[in-house]
Amino acid sequence: MAKAKDIVHRHPKDPAALLDVVRDVQAAFGHVPDEAVARIAAHLKLSEAEVRGAVTFYHFFSADPRGASTVYLNDSITSRMKGRAAVAKAFEDEAGCAFGRVSGDGRIGLFPTSCIGMNDQEPSAIVDGVVFTRLTPESARALVRGLREGRPAASQVAELGDGANQSELVRAMVANNIRERGPVLFGAHESGAALRKAVGTTPEKVIEEIKRAGLLGRGGAGFPTGLKWEFCRREKAVERFVVCNADEGEPGTFKDRVILTELPRLLFEGMAVAGYAVGARTGVLYLRSEYAYLRAHLEAALEAMRQDGLLGRAAAGSEGFSFDIVIKSGAGAYICGEESALLESAEGKRGEPRDRPPFPVSSGYRNLPTTVNNVETLATAARILVEGAAWFKAMGTPQSAGTKLLSVSGDCGRPGVYEVEYGLTLAALLEMAGGAGAKAVQVGGPSGTCVAQDGFGRKICFSDLATGGSVIVFGPERDIFEIVGNFMDFFVEESCGWCVPCRAGNVLLKKKLEKVVRGLGTEADLRDLEAWGKLVKATSRCGLGQTSPNPILTTMKSFPELYAAKVRKGEDFVPEFDLEAALRTGCEAAGRRPECKESLHE
Amino acid sequence: MSEIRFTIDGRPCVARAGQTIVEAAKANGVWIPVLCHYEGLKPVGSCRICTVRVAGRYMAACTQPVTEGMAVENTAPDLEDMRKSLIEMLFVEGNHFCPSCEKSGNCELQALAYRYRMMVPRFPYLWPGRALDARAPRLMLERNRCIQCLRCVRGIRAKDGRKVFAAVERGPRVTIEIDQRLAAGLSDAEARRAMDICPVGAILRKETGFAVPIGKRKYDGAPIGSDVEKGAGR
Repeated sequence: MAKAKDIVHRHPKDPAALLDVVRDVQAAFGHVPDEAVARIAAHLKLSEAEVRGAVTFYHFFSADPRGASTVYLNDSITSRMKGRAAVAKAFEDEAGCAFGRVSGDGRIGLFPTSCIGMNDQEPSAIVDGVVFTRLTPESARALVRGLREGRPAASQVAELGDGANQSELVRAMVANNIRERGPVLFGAHESGAALRKAVGTTPEKVIEEIKRAGLLGRGGAGFPTGLKWEFCRREKAVERFVVCNADEGEPGTFKDRVILTELPRLLFEGMAVAGYAVGARTGVLYLRSEYAYLRAHLEAALEAMRQDGLLGRAAAGSEGFSFDIVIKSGAGAYICGEESALLESAEGKRGEPRDRPPFPVSSGYRNLPTTVNNVETLATAARILVEGAAWFKAMGTPQSAGTKLLSVSGDCGRPGVYEVEYGLTLAALLEMAGGAGAKAVQVGGPSGTCVAQDGFGRKICFSDLATGGSVIVFGPERDIFEIVGNFMDFFVEESCGWCVPCRAGNVLLKKKLEKVVRGLGTEADLRDLEAWGKLVKATSRCGLGQTSPNPILTTMKSFPELYAAKVRKGEDFVPEFDLEAALRTGCEAAGRRPECKESLHE
Repeated sequence: MSEIRFTIDGRPCVARAGQTIVEAAKANGVWIPVLCHYEGLKPVGSCRICTVRVAGRYMAACTQPVTEGMAVENTAPDLEDMRKSLIEMLFVEGNHFCPSCEKSGNCELQALAYRYRMMVPRFPYLWPGRALDARAPRLMLERNRCIQCLRCVRGIRAKDGRKVFAAVERGPRVTIEIDQRLAAGLSDAEARRAMDICPVGAILRKETGFAVPIGKRKYDGAPIGSDVEKGAGR
């Protein structure tokens, strides 16, 4: 296997290169064979067990072959609502294997995957790195046939999407679906204006302006951006970093996809502004693997900005300021959207969160002071510098200034991105998106809140419904328990497994929920759901486990009658154990059935 | 060196700057239960059994530094019940059969279960299928009992610094793998350390067992934590 050797030796002998090496090996072989693991370990001075640790952590890496062509079909709830089951069946019929398997001829591998950021055009899949949206059973079958006939996935993209999706470097069938252009992100922007304004003043003044604007982190946590930059700047260090979190993995969010596609220069300018403010020379864009199709487009935008003198040495004509940006790729792990897990991953390791303190502002990327900001936050910061804090503060609410980019999907006539002022009610948003008559709205994705009709007067803002931007609309026919089950499966799949409550607790919560949904629950089981949910939230190590019980807890609050209707009243205990099911295999083998006077259930 | 004043359950305590809550509590004769924590290794907060409450917020006492004026809640009944829940979670998540385990009596998970008076876990058993790995010449990895505390990952390294143990997979499938190449080079003393560092019976030395008879083991005489409390001299 001379080829594996060549691939490995192309990379520096630095453990930080681990994920880059593994990615190249995975791309070349369709998996990471044992021999390659040994070579990687020897080259990077890691143990083979450690290399395997990284390979098995990320969804898009695999120790076993995944087929000459690999289909990753999105498993988000919206995908299911838009006909995923029929599409999945078509894939299976045509490929000749079930999901989770590779076809007998080794040509096609079928795998489910967590939300790929295409909720506005589901069902969607990533096939050999190419995104296919609005799949139908027919298009799925044709796709597999084409792959079998040797037509690469890229050549099977029939119709391109709008805007930059049509450019030579993207060529994706992805649609932007920009439904509402607000003044901040989509306002007219002269490239370089923000950075020139920044370097024309002091870093302290830049930070002051962002603080005055009241800009809070757009990823959902809402930490004041100016304060974060100030903390980072104040740290004494040889070097500092700006890291842009482009790992939007919360099911239902796709607004960063649109910014990366249509406004990459605004984003990069925001990173440069942040770099100037905190005193960094390097910015890192951590790009989720699902958006790898945008990478060439982003690299081209970076190159164009270097040509324009906005990046590189003496950026924006400022002799003392040099700043450039590198792109680091993820490999399929929701947890890497958590900032400290993202840093671990960017350093080439398993994406496991760190303990805090120390916070990234004091010890972040390569253990140096780092400001980690969301894509939207950085793009917004650039606009604030140009238009001024007062202009920004005039929008939104007193506590939540400015606008928010929302990703709206599900049962609505106009799914897509909406740039709206903070303070907008859900009812008004539903009106805009053509989702009136909804039964519930999931705000903030699975980790957020499920709001029933009586809460549609609630507002999108940090003091009420804080959100990274995912809004999923559920029509009157939707089964709340199916939604909650899908969300819990997501958290079980995406937990990193580091801490006990998140690793085991989510599995136990899901099992308990299933017991209730199967009609075997009692009122005590509902009390358990609440207590266990509280336990997992309180004791988990990072934001994933601290929010993962929310699908259960928030629907118990919004739809108590649904849960009440499921449980058996007056019964103290109903066993989860199903004796008949447990004995079925044995009975079939023996050709006999146990004689029971009465059924064990009922 | 500056002294930090703080309280645990209202009791005045002092700490050195940089000390974690667990370390400072121990120095003040207060026991906070720990499981993944091991003296001399970087704390990682994986078991969460040391969870305490400060100003209404929950945090792992093994990773959280003490700060001036901090009021730590350690033995509030609801907090103790959370810890007991986590212990029970570990019992249902793996396959723990104490009577047949070589570590019985020396096992920290078992000792915690006794101290917290665990009878029957409140959670249903998950009965995972977990493979035993006995390929290494001096060690076996009995994954049924592994609690993924990462002590071995942190504490056992080859001479060149590479990790002999590593976590593989993620989420509920996460498990510990032993590097065959590096494990082959472990000395008897290193194998002994690996077994000692493991809080449960997941890492076992081969060709030796029950050297110390049941009844004369670490936690057979006094409950876990009593050494810390005895050293209190209150």
